[in-house]
Amino acid sequence: MSVDLATVKRVAHLARIAVSEDDANRMTGELNAILGFVEQLGEVDVTGVEPMTSVTPMAMKKREDIVTDGSKADDIVANAPNSDRNFFLVPKVVE
Amino acid sequence: MTLVDVRTPDPKRFIPGATGDWEVIVGLEVHAQVTSHSKLFSGASTTFGNAANANVSLVDAAMPGMLPVINEECVRQAVRTGLGLKAQINHRSIFDRKNYFYPDLPQGYQISQFKDPIVGEGTIVISLGPDRQGHFEDIEIGIERLHLEQDAGKSMHDQHPTMSYVDLNRSGVALMEIVSKPDMRSSDEAKAYMTKLRSIVRYLGTCDGNMDEGSMRADVNVSVRRPGAEFGTRCEIKNVNSIRFIGQAIEYEARRQIAILEDGGKIDQETRLFDPHKGETRSMRSKEDAHDYRYFPDPDLLPLEFDEAFVEALRVDLPELPDDKKERFVRDLGLSIYDASVLVSEKAIADYFEVVSAGRDGKAAANWVINDLLGALNKAGKGIEETPVSPAQLGGILDLIKSEVISGKLAKELFEIVFNEGGDPAEIVEARGMKQVTDTGAIEKAVDEIIAANPDQVEKVKAKPSLAGWFVGQVMKSTGGKANPQAVQALVKAKLGLED
Amino acid sequence: MTELTHLTIAEARDRLTARDITAVELTDAYLSAIDAANGALNAYVTVTPEKARAMAKASDERLAAGKAGALEGIPLGIKDLFGTEGVHTQACSHILDGFAPRYESTVTQNLWNDGAVMLGKLNMDEFAMGSSNESSYYGPVKNPWRATGSDADRVPGGSSGGSAAAVAAFLCAGATATDTGGSIRQPAAFTGTVGIKPTYGRCSRWGIVAFASSLDQAGPIARDVRDAAILLKSMASVDAKDTTSVNLPVPDYEKAIGQSLKGMKIGIPAEYRVEGMPEEIEALWRQGIAWLKDAGAEIVDISLPHTKYALPAYYIVAPAEASSNLARYDGVRYGLRVDGKDIADMYEQTRAAGFGQEVKRRIMIGTYVLSAGYYDAYYLRAQKVRTLIKRDFETAFHAGVDAILTPATPSSAFGIADQELAADPVKMYLNDIFTVTVNMAGLPGIAVPAGLDAKGLPLGLQLIGKPFEEETLFKTAHVIEQAAGRFTPPKWW
Ligand SMILES: [Mg+2]
Ligand SMILES: [Zn+2]
Repeated sequence: MSVDLATVKRVAHLARIAVSEDDANRMTGELNAILGFVEQLGEVDVTGVEPMTSVTPMAMKKREDIVTDGSKADDIVANAPNSDRNFFLVPKVVE
Repeated sequence: MTLVDVRTPDPKRFIPGATGDWEVIVGLEVHAQVTSHSKLFSGASTTFGNAANANVSLVDAAMPGMLPVINEECVRQAVRTGLGLKAQINHRSIFDRKNYFYPDLPQGYQISQFKDPIVGEGTIVISLGPDRQGHFEDIEIGIERLHLEQDAGKSMHDQHPTMSYVDLNRSGVALMEIVSKPDMRSSDEAKAYMTKLRSIVRYLGTCDGNMDEGSMRADVNVSVRRPGAEFGTRCEIKNVNSIRFIGQAIEYEARRQIAILEDGGKIDQETRLFDPHKGETRSMRSKEDAHDYRYFPDPDLLPLEFDEAFVEALRVDLPELPDDKKERFVRDLGLSIYDASVLVSEKAIADYFEVVSAGRDGKAAANWVINDLLGALNKAGKGIEETPVSPAQLGGILDLIKSEVISGKLAKELFEIVFNEGGDPAEIVEARGMKQVTDTGAIEKAVDEIIAANPDQVEKVKAKPSLAGWFVGQVMKSTGGKANPQAVQALVKAKLGLED
Repeated sequence: MTELTHLTIAEARDRLTARDITAVELTDAYLSAIDAANGALNAYVTVTPEKARAMAKASDERLAAGKAGALEGIPLGIKDLFGTEGVHTQACSHILDGFAPRYESTVTQNLWNDGAVMLGKLNMDEFAMGSSNESSYYGPVKNPWRATGSDADRVPGGSSGGSAAAVAAFLCAGATATDTGGSIRQPAAFTGTVGIKPTYGRCSRWGIVAFASSLDQAGPIARDVRDAAILLKSMASVDAKDTTSVNLPVPDYEKAIGQSLKGMKIGIPAEYRVEGMPEEIEALWRQGIAWLKDAGAEIVDISLPHTKYALPAYYIVAPAEASSNLARYDGVRYGLRVDGKDIADMYEQTRAAGFGQEVKRRIMIGTYVLSAGYYDAYYLRAQKVRTLIKRDFETAFHAGVDAILTPATPSSAFGIADQELAADPVKMYLNDIFTVTVNMAGLPGIAVPAGLDAKGLPLGLQLIGKPFEEETLFKTAHVIEQAAGRFTPPKWW
């Protein structure tokens, strides 16, 4: 499988990365080189093989249902590029 | 999911169009907030209405390097709900990431369950009716699945001319997404389904069901077709937050789609919004951005696994659910299906009734709860949670009737006093002299007085015995309603020499 | 003063405990060394002298009170990937511009709890994506090693290039690092240092900026095997905040050093004899085999048939996870924001300006392989191949193999701005060919220096162990270290 320029632009938009025409052209070549490299996985017979879901077999740890966190809005917004009264501010979203 | 039509087209439900009949097909995806103290993957509180970002942990704000750890109570709540829906419980389920960008989605993905949900197929029985003959129609609605996922934060758009304000207090709160099969064929069925689902989660205590606080909301999938034909293209109406609106949205949307099809047009599969002010659905502007969620198993979380013993322990602890309770009320207390349905419709009503009816006559208790209590509450615009008459107080009134201390008529008065002023029924009766007079001597005296004072009436009654009720009424009046009506009737008849 | 920085952690620990030197003296020695060298090497992106001196002073007080921790007064460098409270934590990316977290990663907190002193944050490939440290927003790190008679700059490897260079150049006593496909072991091999990637789940990932969650593991880079064992003991823990952290007690790894290899079975995988591998690497490997045999280990040939597919599978799994992990860098809550005409534009401009080329490339690949219609062909297949890779190792271990010996890298350190590598990303990726299998299978792996190549550049061997048997790796690596000796770069900076 290989990607064309339109696919690269679509993927860049999905990933929310602005790309210039030059970027997209360069990326098309790079992505095709990588996709060409991973193509060889097609040789492997994976019939009946379970995909890996956890590399270390163990039971998932669970938390007790108690409130142990929160009440630190100042910390939460401390690094925000734009905030007001502990809200994060973003350019207006239109539904 | 593969769509299977399990219903036989029923002309009762058809919607007439200009070119013939149509059938509406409805499926619901309900988001129900899990009742828990802390969030699905963080220790922050789930309480409602706090200051901006007060209920937010570093995990909820998706700070770099933060990791989710699952809340075991949310898992239990999902399993309980699955059991209540008589659904398949999956001993192994997987959390996936649903990837998309939105300012109230801090991680850039929602942790949800896609391929392997915690709960699989189940059913909800809804009951429609009664019709004019007093019959109920029970319909099984299939449940496709139930999965656990994170709620998003909230954006406010009215604080600033060019900026939206983002608050992450909701971010990460546990939701159950309960997906029905496309088994509903009218807005009434959809409303009944939502009502029943809400009642089940409330019985279970797994969701508070408060739709106006957003604890429960539905994505409504609507399509239309010619009766019995293939399923048509569906539209999804997002985030409808009241049962009434669900009904309105379906009615509007079905007619909109029928109009398009009858005009020779076709339906675009799309996401729509319901506008409650206009009673209309409209296309969402953001839809052009075709979503590609790139689901994949969340590598920060291991598969969620538990054994049958875990499920069994929850199963034995399950409370009695509305269907079972209804059956028991009919079977053991001899209630009508209608009365039983009303009593189980809300857990709080059923709980109330159970206290009142314990050790008392079930039918009498049902009559008082349904007609008097619910009637009075309804008139006062109050819910059962705000009832001024406690089950113990109503039980006290029933006991006074049973022991013939008060008459049924006095009991109604007594109920009104308790409803409006409160107090212990027995004490009120004592204090206000409301006791029924069963002493025949006193009643006889009153009857004699009335007869003596009204010779004309005596003549009339002798000619037309059906007028004897006038004397009974006068005696009741003169005794302040406290005389035993049966005794008065018998004495009046005897004194006037009327046939019994 | 300079020779204080040449003490190993074990030596410094003894002298600090004996009150022969103070933690402040030791810290000052390192701070002066950093001052003198960092301009040339670019190993640190932030130095925290006040914090270091304050921590050292506190260490001296605890030493005086006889309340010293296991790493009391030991000055360490911290990879910029670890969240450090109030201190520059940017994964060497522009997108985390100005980010100083209000939290401390579990691993670094463990180190401070044991009395270690933080010197500053170390350079790395942006978001740990790279094998040369050239993708850092702060510019490349120079390897303290140069070819004999040459003054051409070489890469220290990556992504923990700053960590490896700082340890090799005596700019810290030891360093934290992370390894997703070889990012501890490859730079350790390129700089003549020891680096261990422990079993997945041994160190908590909490507070470490995520690259690929199912592969990322923290570990130390140190001057010798014993120091690596001392550091790992402190770094590792069981952490309730990381679901993938394992509930097993942390052994005293240092105790493994000096233990006999008698009765051990060392596997030699045929598939690591790759085409075009330099004869020097082959020779080094043979030498390693001979040393272990001399120490009493039994050498057995084994087969890990899916080895060749580990790297292509890695280049699906790691970018896929990364594309999702890096979605949070959106200009809303922290880091860089570039304004746009609307919210979508703000996202796109921010991420276009904030991420470097290699990171964008991997996000693009990851987004593509997860997108509608491609998931099964790429991601699902790669995760199945991963199961097969892990199964290969399990088969070998079940057959009685205790550890596996391989070369650490297919070459020694290459030049900075290597034209050939820059032009072909896949060629750069091949650097991880021997290390990446270990991440895919979640196993522990250690790189230990074993010799110099003809150019006078260090080469390393890798030992791969069973899950949670890091002790086996320490004792075996120590045998190699004893035989090969230690390697120190001639000072030119
Ligand atoms: Mg949905
Ligand atoms: Zn949902």
